Amino acid sequence: MKKHLLNVTSNIEIARNIFEMKLTGSGVGNMTTPGQFLHVSVGNHSSKLLRRPLSICDVDLDREEVTLLYRAQGEGTKQLSQKSAGEVVDVLGPLGNGFDLADMDKNKNALLIGGGIGVPPLYYLGKHLKKKGIEVTFILGYQSIEDSFYIEKFKDIGETIVTTVDGSLGIKGFVTDAMMNVVENEPVIYSVGPAIMLKAVEERAVGLRGYLSLEERMGCGIGACFACVCPTETRESGYVKICSDGPVFKMGEVVL
Amino acid sequence: MSRLHVALPGLNMKNPILPASGCFGFGKEYAKWYDLSVLGGITIKAATLEGRFGNPTPRVAETESGMLNAIGLQNPGVKKIIENEIPALEPYNIPILANIAGSTEEEYIEVTRQISSSARISAVELNISCPNVKEGGIQFGTHYKSAADLTRKVKAVSEKPVYVKLSPNVSNIVEMAQAVEEAGADGLSMINTLVGMKLDWRTGHPILANKTGGLSGPAIKPVAIRMIYEVSQKVSLPIIGMGGVSTAEDVLEMMSAGASAVAVGTANFVNPYVCPEIIEQLPKLLDEIGVENISEMTGRSTKQWKTPLSSR
Repeated sequence: MKKHLLNVTSNIEIARNIFEMKLTGSGVGNMTTPGQFLHVSVGNHSSKLLRRPLSICDVDLDREEVTLLYRAQGEGTKQLSQKSAGEVVDVLGPLGNGFDLADMDKNKNALLIGGGIGVPPLYYLGKHLKKKGIEVTFILGYQSIEDSFYIEKFKDIGETIVTTVDGSLGIKGFVTDAMMNVVENEPVIYSVGPAIMLKAVEERAVGLRGYLSLEERMGCGIGACFACVCPTETRESGYVKICSDGPVFKMGEVVL
Repeated sequence: MSRLHVALPGLNMKNPILPASGCFGFGKEYAKWYDLSVLGGITIKAATLEGRFGNPTPRVAETESGMLNAIGLQNPGVKKIIENEIPALEPYNIPILANIAGSTEEEYIEVTRQISSSARISAVELNISCPNVKEGGIQFGTHYKSAADLTRKVKAVSEKPVYVKLSPNVSNIVEMAQAVEEAGADGLSMINTLVGMKLDWRTGHPILANKTGGLSGPAIKPVAIRMIYEVSQKVSLPIIGMGGVSTAEDVLEMMSAGASAVAVGTANFVNPYVCPEIIEQLPKLLDEIGVENISEMTGRSTKQWKTPLSSR
């Protein structure tokens, strides 16, 4: 595992408080598994010490460029949003276990469900699945049209259904409201978002195989501090560490 | 002997740097980042008699130049630590300091009895200062008599030297240190975290599921320095100093205050390589001030040098 100093090539606001940061450097070559994350330091002289776990949204291996999308909500991510092209960002990673695509060979379709800032890793995942010849459908949930992002890019990969809580774009409601019609052909589910959303997705996907990627406040990001644990009934220890055992788990593996 | 060598009861360390308990797991996670043999020692995560799941999440909250944690002593229990975790440290020829915790005196005693008999354990650190569990922990660390009683009982069964980890959440830490010294402690670890709290201004509710947590990081370093400075003048026990240390300069400052070795905690989360980087930096800083052996740094703040440092 490695620490890298990556150079910012761009860092722009693409939706309300949602930033797209592109970084280049030699460390990018290892970022080949969708669903992994980078543990990002917001600044060398910041009083915000802890790193931010940001999921990998896209990787261009030829250009050695990684794309991260994040919401500038707290003081630390706001500082990160001030970084401009040419500045250096200190990252650990790639960390965690990403999505397992091995058992997708038998299946010809996948349903990728993301909510809010859980959407970004589905982009890199969708590209990988499409490359394997798998038919990909996305359900992307946002608060409103102002908070939505990357929809056209997702449409380039596969059918994309959008939901917004206020109904300003796509279907009014939550991602689960759009699930019923698309689970009939028994896709493999891949979902990223807050625990409450993942729980609802899991309830509607009974009988289907799938993977969930969890979000949690992290300390070290490498499995040492036990900050980001989640209960499980499938392991003797009774818990998993989201940063190092996850963040991706099989559906049903953790207690949400 | 290396100029960074320090010797404390049970802990013969090639340098004074060891990770602090709870900030390094049982070592194996950081072993993926660097060779742990470079460390002066390792403090492993607290052991209790039975496995504990700890507190609900969120368990961490960031604060200015620091963080709050309320992990709640999550660990697999002393038996599994002895069977699974300690053997994994076998390849590294460095002292291991085992942190022990409990809800009752009996639990502390039994955990100490078991873990101190493990050949690989060099010393035990009596955790009477964890602010994040409802029973035990800090209850023992905030009353002089119960701290002294527990120290005495643990000392009676321990096969290895006993360091008592002191809480800063007391009105007089010097009296606490004196009480455990009199009870037979072999050394002190100080300081544990300061109890704190953070609210989400939008909801008005605490960020941590446990509501309160222990404050660590550079924000608490001045408190640690002051307490080590005061305690080291009143007790004759060696002190493992800790609290917000993140640079080699911090290490020498803390040793100057009275510490004989220094533990690094939260800084490991910021930079997993912080301990080896500090160790590499220390000789350069010693050269800068003309000090040959790092052990000379201990307690400099209260010593009068007969000759100026520069001519030594």
